[in-house]
Amino acid sequence: MTELLQRLLPTVQKPARYTGGEYNEIKKDPKDVRVRIAFCFPDTYEIGMSNVGMRILYGVMNNMEGVWCERVFAPWGDMEEAMRREHIPLWALESQDPVKNFDMIAFTIGYEMCYSNIVNMLRLSGVPLHSNQRQGLKNMVFAGGVCAFNPEPLADFVDFFALGEGEEITPEIIALYDRAKTENWSKDEFLLEVSKISGVYVPSFHSHEYDGEGKLKAVTVREGTPAVITKRIVEDLDHAFWPTQMIVPSTEIVHDRANLEVFRGCVRGCRFCQAGFSCRPVRRKSADVLYRQAVETLEDSGNNEITLSSLSTSDYRELKELTDTLIPYCVGNKINLSVPSLRADNFSRELMQRLQTLRKSGLTFAPEAGTQRLRDVINKNLTEEEILTTCANAFSGGWNNVKLYFMLGLPTETDEDVLGIAELVYKVIKTWQANAVNKKRGLRVHVATAYFVPKPHTPFQWEKQIEPAEYLRRCKLLKDHFYSKSIEYNYHTPDLSRLEAVMARGDRRLCAVIEEATLHGARLDGWDEYFRYDLWLDAFKTCGIDPDYYTVRGFDEDERLPWDHIDVGCSKAFLLRERQRAYEAQITPDCRHGCAGCGANQLLKEVPCDA
Amino acid sequence: MPRLLFEKTGNAIWISHLDLMRLFQRSFKRSGLQLTHTQGFNPRPSVSIALPLSVGVESRCELLDFDLDGQAVSREEIKERLNAALVSGVRVLEVYEDGRKLKELSLLKCIVALEYDAGVPEGALAAIMKLFASASLNVQKKGKNGVVEQDIIPMIRSIQAYKADDHTIELEAVVCCQNPTLNPAQLCGAISRYLPQYQPDFSKCRRLELYDGQGNIFR
Ligand code: SF4
Ligand code: SF4
Repeated sequence: MTELLQRLLPTVQKPARYTGGEYNEIKKDPKDVRVRIAFCFPDTYEIGMSNVGMRILYGVMNNMEGVWCERVFAPWGDMEEAMRREHIPLWALESQDPVKNFDMIAFTIGYEMCYSNIVNMLRLSGVPLHSNQRQGLKNMVFAGGVCAFNPEPLADFVDFFALGEGEEITPEIIALYDRAKTENWSKDEFLLEVSKISGVYVPSFHSHEYDGEGKLKAVTVREGTPAVITKRIVEDLDHAFWPTQMIVPSTEIVHDRANLEVFRGCVRGCRFCQAGFSCRPVRRKSADVLYRQAVETLEDSGNNEITLSSLSTSDYRELKELTDTLIPYCVGNKINLSVPSLRADNFSRELMQRLQTLRKSGLTFAPEAGTQRLRDVINKNLTEEEILTTCANAFSGGWNNVKLYFMLGLPTETDEDVLGIAELVYKVIKTWQANAVNKKRGLRVHVATAYFVPKPHTPFQWEKQIEPAEYLRRCKLLKDHFYSKSIEYNYHTPDLSRLEAVMARGDRRLCAVIEEATLHGARLDGWDEYFRYDLWLDAFKTCGIDPDYYTVRGFDEDERLPWDHIDVGCSKAFLLRERQRAYEAQITPDCRHGCAGCGANQLLKEVPCDA
Repeated sequence: MPRLLFEKTGNAIWISHLDLMRLFQRSFKRSGLQLTHTQGFNPRPSVSIALPLSVGVESRCELLDFDLDGQAVSREEIKERLNAALVSGVRVLEVYEDGRKLKELSLLKCIVALEYDAGVPEGALAAIMKLFASASLNVQKKGKNGVVEQDIIPMIRSIQAYKADDHTIELEAVVCCQNPTLNPAQLCGAISRYLPQYQPDFSKCRRLELYDGQGNIFR
């Protein structure tokens, strides 16, 4: 560490996040390394170190002989200011070497609101922002993660994207780079070869044309490179790489515990949910493999808490087998086991009791919509009866705290649906009055509404986002119908969700907007203390881009979508069918009640979907 | 209750007090040493560290009390197993069967390094020695009720200043560390207040040794 940095650290918050040196951090001798990778997470250390994907790929890359992957995070505002003042370029934690000295610079992108961080981190590194400004193999920038399923808003900055799960594709890419470096290829030669790896998208090989209305008209693809890129998946999770020797942060992070992924994909298909569709097909891990990995991870890390993660853990087929062995182990070793996203069924209730999770987390429901009609539209399989029965049980057991999450602005939503939220909350209060064992302690109902953002690769990918003013009107309408003092109502301001909607469905023309906004200081947009909507509005104006084009306009069904060349497994025909069913308020049963024919099973070669 | 002596150096000096407790709890677990747990709603492994160390301060004399749950493990083995499980910069130096009562701990030997980028100014050393020879020396201390004036001289048992190299003056001091407490950073604070012309560009502290009221090494 430089003397200068030593002097800056006492002046910033939480300095330990900038120093590295944690347990299980991987250090290698640069003399033995041919390819050095700066693996960047475009948010703070506390968020990034909580990300399971990053931990897996850190292990995967460092498992390769001759390759050293190090971690880089976005600095907090105080450190960024100090870095700019003292001209310190962004560094990687393990070696403390500047990012600009690395061969490859990788980003994992989980949400749209970190796009500014990506560009800002390149800027702080002193690396040229645009792909075409970076000559040669050095500083090859590539990116993956769920946001890469619409990579266009980042097309100018990133040399290539790796789509889908990274365990297998990443070593293929790095091995090719290793060869390219040894054989002294040009950047173009490398990009051409890497584009032949299944799942790799090189945006500079696609050129986009727009029609008079500004709609995407045609895409020309460089000869010999794929026009459609299909995401990669790992079929056999039991044998996939799992890092049991994970870095144990020396400072508290957001999810400060061991984390075990029990299966991938989701059987449910809620129509607004990007992860639900883009992470298909459904693949499980065996309970015995999970048990072994849990014990190894816990013993190696010394963690006293473990969580079973996945999109919908209660749908894991072997949850009973796993918890039957894992609960006794955890009890015996004083380890807290948490199982998130449990449902309202009997098994879950019993499990919650065994885990005593209620005690900690209270009751949480995400009905998303206030009426059964609208819940059918969005295919959210959660009934009022389930909610009220679960509440009744919990209230008679002494609980007095409920959290309910909803969205406003869903397709076909009317004021009746909005008021349905108030109605449902009222029924929860009634249920408490009828069942509470100790009324003196009072009831707290937390209600939160989010502004619906239509996402690519979902049946709602064509939908309009409602106007921000209309969203606020619905919030106010709802607020005016909450009469009880027990209710605490929070709603997000529309600014961030509007910007998220622009980025989620954006095309290449947004690269200029991101560059402009970050030039004037946009970064850490996911953090209230730093988000500056005005910078973004100015940037849209400067670049002559109308954000409404991507939000309230909606997309035509026959329009070419900016992400049409990315195949995540679910066919467009299926998404259209689901959209139609949504308008008819028809639910589509989950995969356990029969395959709905989404198409994602075609990504599997060895096993059927959800076997 | 058993006690261990450890050092905190290198990158580990940036780990906060609370994080360090968590780090030890995990390190015990990693080394297969089961700690007893606190009673109550949210049981926590019981470890406690004697004098919380400010972030950025190096130390060779930290004390941590712990209690193993039923295992009989030799002191040497505890030390070895923990050192294999800790992070670089945190190292157990010694394990003791039992520690003295913490309230008998009273003095701390420390070094405050004053760094002058343009070289130690002419006359600085003499002026600093003279300053600490004063009969009283008030500095400002931030307390619960705002800023208060505090005389630090009664809390300094001994102090020497010397030039460590062309750019550094070091103050080696023995100060009160409990009832009352003098934060060694206040020594530099006094220089900034009374000798602003000799205010260093940067200062850092390190803890060296702990003593009881009679000046005997405290463990
Ligand atoms: S249950 Fe619904 S909301 Fe949750 S991950 Fe699955 S599809 Fe998405
Ligand atoms: S292929 Fe069938 S079973 Fe598999 S995720 Fe799609 S709808 Fe569900």
